[in-house]
Amino acid sequence: MAVPKRKMSRSNTRARRSQWKTTATALTTCPNCKGQKVSHTACPTCGTYKGRQYAEALRTEHAG
Amino acid sequence: MPTPTKGPRLGGGPAHERLILANLATALFEHGRITTTVTKAKRLQPLAERLITFAKRGDLHARRRVLTVVRDKGVVHTLFAEIAPVMAERNGGYTRVTKVGNRKGDNAPMAVIELVTEPVSPKQAVVKEAEKAAKKAAPKKAAKVEEPKAEETAVEETVETPAAEATEVAEAPAEETKEA
Repeated sequence: MAVPKRKMSRSNTRARRSQWKTTATALTTCPNCKGQKVSHTACPTCGTYKGRQYAEALRTEHAG
Repeated sequence: MPTPTKGPRLGGGPAHERLILANLATALFEHGRITTTVTKAKRLQPLAERLITFAKRGDLHARRRVLTVVRDKGVVHTLFAEIAPVMAERNGGYTRVTKVGNRKGDNAPMAVIELVTEPVSPKQAVVKEAEKAAKKAAPKKAAKVEEPKAEETAVEETVETPAAEATEVAEAPAEETKEA
């Protein structure tokens, strides 16, 4: 079985991990309440989606 | 007919997936709307709509086929007696999946799947009426249109014939020239 010959240095490990980046979620404004929401999803602020109400989507105190 | 799913099954295996989907379908018909993960909702949608199609058929054979999935006779009764009449006017699209954000514990994307109980949109009804009216009017119009057209066509024919002759005449010398 192939195994690493040398221990990877802390520097190399950290240099590799420095490339692990995240991107911000693209948000749109809710047509109902003008709050920010993820597109194709019910609004977490007012709970509406295409004129229908979804209480499950509302942002709770501990969520997120 | 639902498209066969690609990739791994839900749960531990095919049997587990069948059980999960059967239980979700039962819960959906019992409550009208359920909150679940987006993946499960999307997998449930074709199955649930197929069951509603059986319910709209309404005969004993259809009922027995639904009972192989939804084991609860009470739920099957509500499906056949209450849900099917509501969906009578609707041609497919009996359920709706709406994403409602991520779950707190594991950040799983969640969705609400619900039965579409609203009456079929007035726009579609208008379109249907218009089509019906057009169909009714079509034979009348055709009859009306034919009479004046007959005269026109007669005139056109008379106009066309000399033109056709002219083209023939024009072609004839061309052929001759070719032959020569």
